[in-house]
Amino acid sequence: MSRPLPDDLAWTLLDRMLLIRRFEEAVLRLSNEKQFIGHYHLYIGQEATGVAVMSLLDARDRVATTHRNHGHVLARGADPGRAMAEILGRTTGLNGGRGGTLHLSEPDLGFLSTSGIVGGCISLGVGGGYACRQRGDGAVSAVFFGDGALEEGVSFEALNIASLWHLPVLFICENNSTGSWAPGAGYPTLVHASSDLCSIAKSVNIATMRVDGADASAVHAAAGDAIALCRAGKGPVFIEAVTRRWPGSNPLWPEPATGTTDMRMASGEVAPSGEHADWLEHHDPVLRLGRRLASGSPDAVARLASLDQTTRTRIDAAVAFALQSPLPAVETALDHVFA
Amino acid sequence: MPTQSYADALVDALHDSLADDDRVSLIGSYVLGLGPQRHLMDRIRKDFPDRIVDPPTAEAGAAATGIGAAMAGMRPFVDLGTGSFSFLAWSQIVNEAAVSCYMSNGRIPVPVTFHLLHGVRGGGAAQHSHSPQSMLCNAPGLEIAVPATAADVYGLVRTAFASANPTVIVSHAKLLGIESPVPAEKQPIPFGTADVKRKGGDVTIVANSLMVHYSLAAAAELASEGIDAEIVDLRTIAPLDERTILNSVARTGRLVVVDECPLRCGIASEVAGTVAEHGFDLLKAPIQRVTRAHVPVPYSAALEAAVTPDAAKIAAAARRTIGARR
Repeated sequence: MSRPLPDDLAWTLLDRMLLIRRFEEAVLRLSNEKQFIGHYHLYIGQEATGVAVMSLLDARDRVATTHRNHGHVLARGADPGRAMAEILGRTTGLNGGRGGTLHLSEPDLGFLSTSGIVGGCISLGVGGGYACRQRGDGAVSAVFFGDGALEEGVSFEALNIASLWHLPVLFICENNSTGSWAPGAGYPTLVHASSDLCSIAKSVNIATMRVDGADASAVHAAAGDAIALCRAGKGPVFIEAVTRRWPGSNPLWPEPATGTTDMRMASGEVAPSGEHADWLEHHDPVLRLGRRLASGSPDAVARLASLDQTTRTRIDAAVAFALQSPLPAVETALDHVFA
Repeated sequence: MPTQSYADALVDALHDSLADDDRVSLIGSYVLGLGPQRHLMDRIRKDFPDRIVDPPTAEAGAAATGIGAAMAGMRPFVDLGTGSFSFLAWSQIVNEAAVSCYMSNGRIPVPVTFHLLHGVRGGGAAQHSHSPQSMLCNAPGLEIAVPATAADVYGLVRTAFASANPTVIVSHAKLLGIESPVPAEKQPIPFGTADVKRKGGDVTIVANSLMVHYSLAAAAELASEGIDAEIVDLRTIAPLDERTILNSVARTGRLVVVDECPLRCGIASEVAGTVAEHGFDLLKAPIQRVTRAHVPVPYSAALEAAVTPDAAKIAAAARRTIGARR
């Protein structure tokens, strides 16, 4: 089902994917510097999925996401400075520092509340689809969730309701549980009696697709077809986007397992090496798309280096903005319980 | 003044809200349960067939569908059926709807309305007799209405639909058929305004929901003994109208709090604590709480009655405050 992306579009997607990668690397660095407390989840290794799907959504469409939301919020176009400020608990954050890393949400970009409860966002996204259908404007609700969400009971209820009512919901299951690591060494891998996640959606008559979630072209093609079905009233559709988990997400707390991404691995100037060479060679979505665009052309290699430099500068500015932003005033702690 | 049943006034409120606002829809149509009033919903099904849907048996999914739709700007009303079923949607109500506004810095309000039938309904046993509203009070971010009369349920439901916040309308299953006076033009009622249902100078009885009717019956019994009870109907428990409670206690010096939630950490405890904290000097006698006993509700009618508040228990508590000396 993969149709090659036109180069212009591929560069646009790579731009956004690299922005997410550099953002997440900065989050990891800031956490290790104790600039914020609390647990967090990074989107490294899954950038192609969020960016490709978001590139197909309109302003009217709704998005629901999870604890692993940074990439989705940036992919949809949120300001990296305000996103970083939220993670640092600053008053300039997207949510004034009240939500934090697990709850980044930008309602002006169509985000429903970002639920940090596993499975929570699936059913909220179905509500988004219900609203879209009630309005009758052809909008869709795109719901991103991990494979673990399908272990929760409410997910079944949500899939069933969406199917019964033919709601325009695009379910994007980001299955990042493939790969191999020592059992018990870190975050649990998929704990499900079924090895075929699509079968769960199929059991309630939802059309399904399985794609390589690290292949921006494949995700773009599948999501384009799925969104068209939803807009035509033939939803919902379930996409399983399979990625090989980034090694840094295997431990209970993220670790800089693959270091700072060296984009010269995309241009061929540097060869992947070390313990995680296979992941860098075959499974890193940013490097994969970069390789496709940069291989063999000096102009493209230069463009890639320039894009990376621009992106690093943007993230440096975002980090500086966040670090310079004030913490919320304690007098505001009781504000916004009610609208 | 004409009278109307609680159920009929509730249906009026839903009908008027659907007529006024295209964003309103009903998720779950068995708002009046399975009793004789259920046919009153037929006029909504007839007039708004495209805006009423019945979900599968999936309380969490239905609640979240309403919550997500509210986050997307709609005004859904989600009927959860028997209040005991709300526990299946607990995460959605208390950990999604209630927190979203705060967690987003006020950017994502959740104007969803939940409805549930609470209380000891007769033969419901432990799993179909819950009054979850005191537990819901521990979830900051929810507005919770506990109407007792036709005029009040109409007014509070209308206000719930107008509110930008998640609201829970809690109707006692035994209220549905109770007739009460209604004005020619029923009006919205602001949240946080308790109502003095009976004036009296000797003892304040604070009640809500069905307990208002039991308290009025107790007041009639007490009146024959020369004790003049004042009945304060909370109408909403979140927000709580502390001023009306304290003003009444300032006049009477005595307080009985009646509630069908279990004793511990219940609404009666909250009201008692509020008066103890802010009105200690007003009290001439210890506060009395009349609540459901702190046990699961038994099936057998004899045991069910033994653990549930009634007019006689309320009157006895009022007499204790009169007899006591401080």
